[in-house]
Amino acid sequence: MKSSLFKSSYLFIILFLFSFSNISFSKETNVELLKPSWSFDGFFGKFDRASLQRGYQVYKEVCASCHSMKQLSYRNLGEQGGPEFTEAEVKAIASQYEVLDGPNAEGEMFTRKGKPSDKFKSPYLNENASRAANGGAYPPDMSVLVKARPGGSDYIYSLLMGYEEKVPDNIKLEDGVYYNKYMPGNKIRMAKPLSEGSVSYTDGTKATQEQLSKDVVAFLTWAAEPHLEARKKLGFKSVVYLLILTILVYFVKKKIWLRVEPKV
Amino acid sequence: MNDQTSKTSKEHFEPVHTNKVGGSPFTGVTGWIDNRLPIIRMFRHEYLDFQVPKSLSYFWSFGGILTICLVLLIVTGISLGMHYKPDANQAFDSVEKIMRDVNFGWLIRYAHMNLASFFFIAVYLHIFRGLYYGSYKEPRELMWLLGIVIFFLMMATAFLGYTLPWGQMSYWGATVITNLFSAVPLVGDFIVTWLWGDYAVGDAALNRFYVLHWLIAFLIVGVVVFHVIALHIVGSNNPSGIEPKDTRDTVSFSPFTTSKDLLAMLVFLLIFVAVMMYAPNYLGHPDNYIPANPMVTPAHIVPEWYFLPFYAILRSIPDKLMGVIAMVSSIAVLGLLPWLDFSKVRSSVFRPIWKQCIFLFVLDFFVLMYIGGAPAEGIYLVIARIGTAFCFAFFFILAPLVSIIEKPLPMPTSIHEFEEWKKQGKIKTIKLFNK
Repeated sequence: MKSSLFKSSYLFIILFLFSFSNISFSKETNVELLKPSWSFDGFFGKFDRASLQRGYQVYKEVCASCHSMKQLSYRNLGEQGGPEFTEAEVKAIASQYEVLDGPNAEGEMFTRKGKPSDKFKSPYLNENASRAANGGAYPPDMSVLVKARPGGSDYIYSLLMGYEEKVPDNIKLEDGVYYNKYMPGNKIRMAKPLSEGSVSYTDGTKATQEQLSKDVVAFLTWAAEPHLEARKKLGFKSVVYLLILTILVYFVKKKIWLRVEPKV
Repeated sequence: MNDQTSKTSKEHFEPVHTNKVGGSPFTGVTGWIDNRLPIIRMFRHEYLDFQVPKSLSYFWSFGGILTICLVLLIVTGISLGMHYKPDANQAFDSVEKIMRDVNFGWLIRYAHMNLASFFFIAVYLHIFRGLYYGSYKEPRELMWLLGIVIFFLMMATAFLGYTLPWGQMSYWGATVITNLFSAVPLVGDFIVTWLWGDYAVGDAALNRFYVLHWLIAFLIVGVVVFHVIALHIVGSNNPSGIEPKDTRDTVSFSPFTTSKDLLAMLVFLLIFVAVMMYAPNYLGHPDNYIPANPMVTPAHIVPEWYFLPFYAILRSIPDKLMGVIAMVSSIAVLGLLPWLDFSKVRSSVFRPIWKQCIFLFVLDFFVLMYIGGAPAEGIYLVIARIGTAFCFAFFFILAPLVSIIEKPLPMPTSIHEFEEWKKQGKIKTIKLFNK
């Protein structure tokens, strides 16, 4: 009895330590994030194509004016497991951009229409230009942003929904700084980017702030993890395969060991 | 000299055999090869007929699991090396390219990343097994020491590997760890500059980290070979800590140990694959998806989870040099254990006090791991200091003291008797890993 008490309290302490291991130690981020249900969560998670396509529209019309996405190419928009725009649509999207190319045979740089193989065009030439245009703050590249923030998709969604008019008394905002409930430190240099109707959807979906945020976060999640669907599919197959194999090997092992440990 | 001349004067010559062809138990092509290169004989001798104690629990499967992990790490590592660019301006993007454009690159990279973590999970269980069942005791001291060498090399490789994606934690982790060398008196700063190949962590450092990551990985393979050779000389320890005496105590390696180890490997692989496929970044840090930026320091620089206990020890001591010494010696001191613990009884099953000490040591490990992830201030610092003190007290005070004052429980005389006792419920073992 005494030893089992010792044992259970021992395990309890270790489990206790582990249960807290995910809490960030920075004092500012103790707010519970909003957790909408994502179609890409869970064992069979998949992206909602329509949502990704709308999300791209939000990115293009709102985010892209400040945030780059350097790791992505226009061709990715047509690839399997993503927004899956048709080939013609991808070409049309790419050709909306003027891309600097060259040098040509005369040694001159020239601009041409974008091709699907081009990387997403950045809003600024370089980080300094970006800082200069944004009051010294650098809007981070969005390619892997979802993976680069604790809380991932939930965090970005919460941030987009976390702008509040009423600023708590203990927080003083400088010029060009906004209050956000979910930003560590509660101060953010980005003005509230999405509100009802900031983008007009063509597929009839109502462009509420929730909808816009959900769509763009889905898009950003795909951008950070373009092979998410393939991973989960393969993951399920390999787990099932290993499970069956493990069970079979368990019986093989048992049978072999009967030779030295016959049942009494 | 005299002997030699007297021999020659009597015209007596020792025969020599430079040609040792023959002696193979095999015939045909196998025999032809085996007569000339006796690896087939050796393999049969060491892996098929090899006798191992019958009472091994699943704790003894981690050696095999670690071998599989090492092989998989090398295979995935070589594949990654074919696409990765060790250049401060290209490293981050080349990893992203692997994740996006290389066929199954995401799988190879996530496998490599998570295998590193699982390698440490397995090695910690492996070390715990050694501690608990006294595998470090005579005659296995050298194998234990080789194991500690492997552990140090693993830590170096893991650290170097973590710098390669050149994210924020890569960069700042590298800065913090390489700066530790500046604690060396007099020549500290010189050593740090020499390590960096520059006046800051940058392109030159990344390039050499890449080379050393490869080099040390293969050094590990070399030391593992010695570790295994030593194992095949001294034989496996077992939960009873008693050496096998006759065939009632042993089974042959194949098919008994092989089938058992295979099962353990599959269970381990199953857990690994589930984590890799469904939570590939769970064991990593989000900041490492932000490209390295020397101008922005992350709020909390933390190493990978498997370094946290040692990081806690490092930070618990206010003096940098002493901190580094404490951190390194907290591992190196394991090497003294065969001599600090001089109890004649190997297995903790029969050592009631030492058993409790080991559980406290494991608890200390987890507490320090937790503290390593917390900021080094206030109550955390106090706990870290207590934990560090306990860690050293465990080796330098508890180990010798318990060896003297402890009265071991009555022991069976052989492994088969041990198995009988176990069936009768006379002794307790760790049930989780029993068959």
